[in-house]
Amino acid sequence: MVDTVKLTIDGREIEVDKRLTLLQACELAGAEVPRFCFHDRLSIAGNCRMCLVEVEKAPKPVASCAQPIADGMVVHTRGPVAAKAQKGAMEFLLINHPLDCPICDQGGECDLQDQAMGYGKGISRYDEMKRSVQEKDFGPLIKTFMTRCIHCTRCVRFMEEIAGVPELGMTGRGEDSEITTYVERGIDSEMSGNIIDLCPVGALTSKPYAFIARPWELRKTESVDVMDAVGSNIRIDARGREVLRVLPRLHEDVNEEWIADKTRFAVDGLIRRRLDTPWIKQDGKLAKASWQDAIGAVAARLQDRDGDRIAAIAGDLVDCETLYAAKMLMANLGSPHLDCRQDGMAIDPAVRASWLFNTTIAGIEEADACLLIGCDPRHEAALVNTRLRKRWRRGGFKVASIGPALDLTFPVTNLGAGPESLPHLAQGQGGFAEILQAAQRPMVIVGAGALSRIDGAAVLAAARAIADRFGAVADGWNGFNVLHTAASRVGALDLGFVPGPGGRNTSGILDGARSGAIDTVILLGADEIDMAALKGAFVIYIGHHGDAGAAAADIILPAAAYTEKDATYVNLEGRPQHASRAVFPPGEAREDWAILRALSGLLGQPLPFDSHGELREAMQKAVPHLAAFDEIMPASWEDFGVAGAMADTAFASPVADYYRTCAISRASVTMERCSAAFAMPPAATGTEG
Amino acid sequence: MSLARGRPSAPEHQPASFAFTPENLPEARAAIAKYPAGRQQSAVMPLLYIVQRQMGWVPVAAMDVVADMLEMPRVGVYEVATFYTMYNLEPVGEYLIQVCTTTPCMLRDSDGIVDACKKHLGIDWEETTADGKFTLKEVECLGACANAPMVQINDDFFEDLTPQTMVGLLDALRRGEAVKPGPQNGRHTSEPEGGPTTLKGGA
Repeated sequence: MVDTVKLTIDGREIEVDKRLTLLQACELAGAEVPRFCFHDRLSIAGNCRMCLVEVEKAPKPVASCAQPIADGMVVHTRGPVAAKAQKGAMEFLLINHPLDCPICDQGGECDLQDQAMGYGKGISRYDEMKRSVQEKDFGPLIKTFMTRCIHCTRCVRFMEEIAGVPELGMTGRGEDSEITTYVERGIDSEMSGNIIDLCPVGALTSKPYAFIARPWELRKTESVDVMDAVGSNIRIDARGREVLRVLPRLHEDVNEEWIADKTRFAVDGLIRRRLDTPWIKQDGKLAKASWQDAIGAVAARLQDRDGDRIAAIAGDLVDCETLYAAKMLMANLGSPHLDCRQDGMAIDPAVRASWLFNTTIAGIEEADACLLIGCDPRHEAALVNTRLRKRWRRGGFKVASIGPALDLTFPVTNLGAGPESLPHLAQGQGGFAEILQAAQRPMVIVGAGALSRIDGAAVLAAARAIADRFGAVADGWNGFNVLHTAASRVGALDLGFVPGPGGRNTSGILDGARSGAIDTVILLGADEIDMAALKGAFVIYIGHHGDAGAAAADIILPAAAYTEKDATYVNLEGRPQHASRAVFPPGEAREDWAILRALSGLLGQPLPFDSHGELREAMQKAVPHLAAFDEIMPASWEDFGVAGAMADTAFASPVADYYRTCAISRASVTMERCSAAFAMPPAATGTEG
Repeated sequence: MSLARGRPSAPEHQPASFAFTPENLPEARAAIAKYPAGRQQSAVMPLLYIVQRQMGWVPVAAMDVVADMLEMPRVGVYEVATFYTMYNLEPVGEYLIQVCTTTPCMLRDSDGIVDACKKHLGIDWEETTADGKFTLKEVECLGACANAPMVQINDDFFEDLTPQTMVGLLDALRRGEAVKPGPQNGRHTSEPEGGPTTLKGGA
């Protein structure tokens, strides 16, 4: 039960939660109040003065963003007093703002432009020189034009509060105020790109996107991201056949309104190193080929081959429809050797609760203690880390980690480097055991790195034992979580893209290829395995980038990247979401499912669908929860993991370099620059260019 | 020109590291101890002042030390140090001459004082003489309007100046002689020139 107050806004009486500010109350009453510095998810600054409104009995207009509401307030947001105040505030803001909209990248999506039209005077009475401000080096992602800055401090507050990397500040005073890092350096945060969206003017814009396009030229497609397993909701902006940028889309339960830098900036990798035509290896060298020849050669290789000699490995960016079609194809070929776990994750493919982030991302906000086992959420799933930080900021949230020392932007107690600390904790020893014991809603997060070790199954069992010991799984609460790094992984596990009876898993397939037991390997965008093992085998690569897999291939069938197909992806929580086609695949490349369908026809056993719609329908019939778009089907808590001895080697994160984790980000020039600026040990202070 | 313009001094001036002297460290700790636990950040201004007394100015390395002592973001200390104009962000000479040019001093010919300083020392605002003795800085009202025009040299006020007495002061300082702070025209504090005009018979 929240206390409410009644107030009258523009003649309309409403009753609202008394914790709201006046600006939020005005919004609820349907009154639009202009603002620059106020942002729902940031602390209140009250420094742009644009949101002035008239409150009866107040001696002067009040800044509504910072004004608590009271019973009986009578507010006018559009009367002569408010309008004059807003015009005045706008005139002040424009005093030092350059009139350079035609050459400003923010043009067309600029709050200052829009609000100057809506609330400004149209003329200036200011005849003096405008001030100019020196440019700053914020690194390879953010372009600055600080003369345009209106000092709303949204970027400063975001970096401190949400990103947890307080590197920005406002130095100087009065006319000499500047937003700066002071000691010049790039902003080292995987969330930094969000300040581009937050900046209400053109002071902070996207460096890779500079002078590329105007917003009205872009075709906007709502989709989801695959750079990590979070499934951030994104909007893909494209012009012609090229994806020009990616922006976040609001989803309160997943990414709120933020996206990580890799999601936003890796898209230039979509036009580099692309496979845009089939290739066939002749005399040890890959040569361009026609679809007919290439797919015919694949069919010839597979036709009449003993299924036991064929294997398939799926990569980290593959969508559910492709996996479903590939699984059916493998069944037709009579092969049980298929796996989606390139890294060898020791997940129990029978128990869904063993591979989900069961707490859900939004559920983190209800947790009161968290144990990280061999994971680095900041670099493996930046938005999960952002949510953990959000929970930590509210207070009463203790986090401990078993694994490498971490800088997660909030305090983390390190309990040890390797699995040797797990049994101790499971027996209730140590200070953090008491914290977990006392917690009402404890959560355990197991990293992909911890599960892909040789002793992964034992680590999984030990993590489960800890979850059971401290009551992390109770009615209405499941605190056991696996933190995936691969966008395809949960969907693939849901679809059962794992070895069939008697089948080999990834390491088994690689061993088989080494020994010759497996002589034909289909790689579905799999680039992160030991390609040397496949030397003796005939490798068919179906994927979109010329990465490690394509280099090892005998035949390459060019496929579509995530921006080029309608597809289902399941995020780490188990939430099915749809990616949409924003552009067509380049050159001769085709959608993955169509390639597999055509191949099955040549093999004389056509897969039972002729369109993407039919395929999706069949898939949803086979795995019904994939049809529940954007809904999480909770998984039941069952036995999983194999208790056993664990090695004493330290846990390591699978993400060595945040900016280069998949074929797309490895092809991206922007990510290469970031990697040089931030991921490598800094030569001096990280300044360049 | 960046003495008070919110930017750090050139890297070649910046020392690589900073540490409080054994005399100053307890003083810094005492300043921190004045504030309740979790509110140590409140001590940022006294600590920067101690730095300035020790160094004559506030280098970036010292701001970093202060930030780490107070467990606050480094940029937070930079914000404070650049906001307040009395923290020197560049090295200053042995004598920092702050000339008031606000209205009462201006009406009493602070322009003449400024000219005398610039000409005699051969430097402009925010510059330091080659021998490292003097730095010249223009400031707003220092609150000694009754004795205008005035300058502040290091911690002392020198008031009721004329271009001649100003030059005399500079020469005396350059020779290393002791100079007497306060009015330079024989006045006692802000009493009328030539002695009291009222209450003569009292006490």
